Amino acid sequence: MDKLNFSIVLPYIHLFFRGALTAIEITLLAVLIGIVIGTFMGIGKMSRLLPVRFLCSAYVEVIRGTPLLVQLLIFYFGLPQILGFTIPEFPAAVLALGINSGGYVAEIVRGGILAVDRGQMEAARSLGMTYGQAMRHIILPQAFKKMIPPLGNEFVTLLKNSSLATTIGFPELTRAAQIVAGNTYRPFEPYLTAAAFYFVMTVSFSWLMSLLERRLAASD
Amino acid sequence: MIEVKDLYKNFGKLEVLKGINARIEKGEVVVVIGPSGSGKSTFLRCLNLLEKPTRGEIKIEGKSLLDPSTDINKVRQDVGMVFQHFNLFPHKTVVENITLAPIKVKGISPKDAREKAMELLERVGLADKAECFPASLSGGQKQRVAIARALAMNPKVMLFDEPTSALDPEMIKEVLDVMKDLASDGMTMVVVTHEMRFAREVGDRVLFMDEGKILEEGTPEEIFESPQNPRTKEFLSKIL
Repeated sequence: MDKLNFSIVLPYIHLFFRGALTAIEITLLAVLIGIVIGTFMGIGKMSRLLPVRFLCSAYVEVIRGTPLLVQLLIFYFGLPQILGFTIPEFPAAVLALGINSGGYVAEIVRGGILAVDRGQMEAARSLGMTYGQAMRHIILPQAFKKMIPPLGNEFVTLLKNSSLATTIGFPELTRAAQIVAGNTYRPFEPYLTAAAFYFVMTVSFSWLMSLLERRLAASD
Repeated sequence: MIEVKDLYKNFGKLEVLKGINARIEKGEVVVVIGPSGSGKSTFLRCLNLLEKPTRGEIKIEGKSLLDPSTDINKVRQDVGMVFQHFNLFPHKTVVENITLAPIKVKGISPKDAREKAMELLERVGLADKAECFPASLSGGQKQRVAIARALAMNPKVMLFDEPTSALDPEMIKEVLDVMKDLASDGMTMVVVTHEMRFAREVGDRVLFMDEGKILEEGTPEEIFESPQNPRTKEFLSKIL
């Protein structure tokens, strides 16, 4: 049996830091895309128009009913067959994760909106605001506050899911560990190191979120 | 000013309004009383289309509310509403609650809207609370802000949906005082309430509703001193 020797990772540590940074980049961009898509899909799911409601529900169901890994592979390896050109790894990873996240954020948005008291919409409409104005100025700001904890969870999930970008050969954190494992023939240390990087990132993010939540709760 | 003809409203199979006919004149204070579940609130909420009537006719200043060509958002600017549960916007300060609709809906400049809001807050006795958030106000204060918010749109008529029902007893008076002040100023008001003293003192006319119909109407004296309908008598004997 061999003892753990983390010093073998040290010469490659810059790969881990760069990988961690990339993971955060992918995640942030994907979450942004997810929030934009999710807001429209979430509101669309509550539309009075049946086709809109159907389309948005279908989107959410398909996204949530298929594995992210498969979605990613379709996006990167499948789509070029039809498009005639390849999407580079980074935008492919960001788009696939963002589109995936949109499906989950849609449910978060819908839940957030439904959690706002009905009277708020009625009060806004009774003052002559249109549905859109009421949504923008009254409902969404309040819904967003209720959405922050689940959105935080979504961010953490996405950060971990960004490791799947390894499968399309993108050099993020997990890929860094793979490279080091290959070079040193010692897989345990680099993968443990990668896990530690993810853990530190998710834990510090969760801590930041709970701080933010407390701040926001104070203004209630 | 408001004309209601043969108004029906169903919620699914449940018939809540069964043919309401009413006229409300300019400057009149009409108080709607009746047991709970009688359709009073639904009737009131039909007057600004928060509930869509199943059939019938509502005209405000001659304009039909149910005509598809009527811009309901325009109509609502002229019809202020005060809710039982205040429904202030919790993420906005008191003054922002009041200025939001004038700015966004009417396009009034923020400065003018604020001036008007401060005037209104002065009127309801809450000028010192302008920068507070609603959560820090008492129920009575919240309702006075809600009234100021509705007034900021310069409505031609004000609807009150049980405005004091969610208040602690010691806060009812401050809200009723604001409403009295409004009535004496000539505001057209439709008030759904259980405050019989208010109905007597301020009401020009009282409508008694039960089971989706207006069973009796008259001056407060007529209704309270010599009710004709047995249901009115029964209701009043229970609450007075």
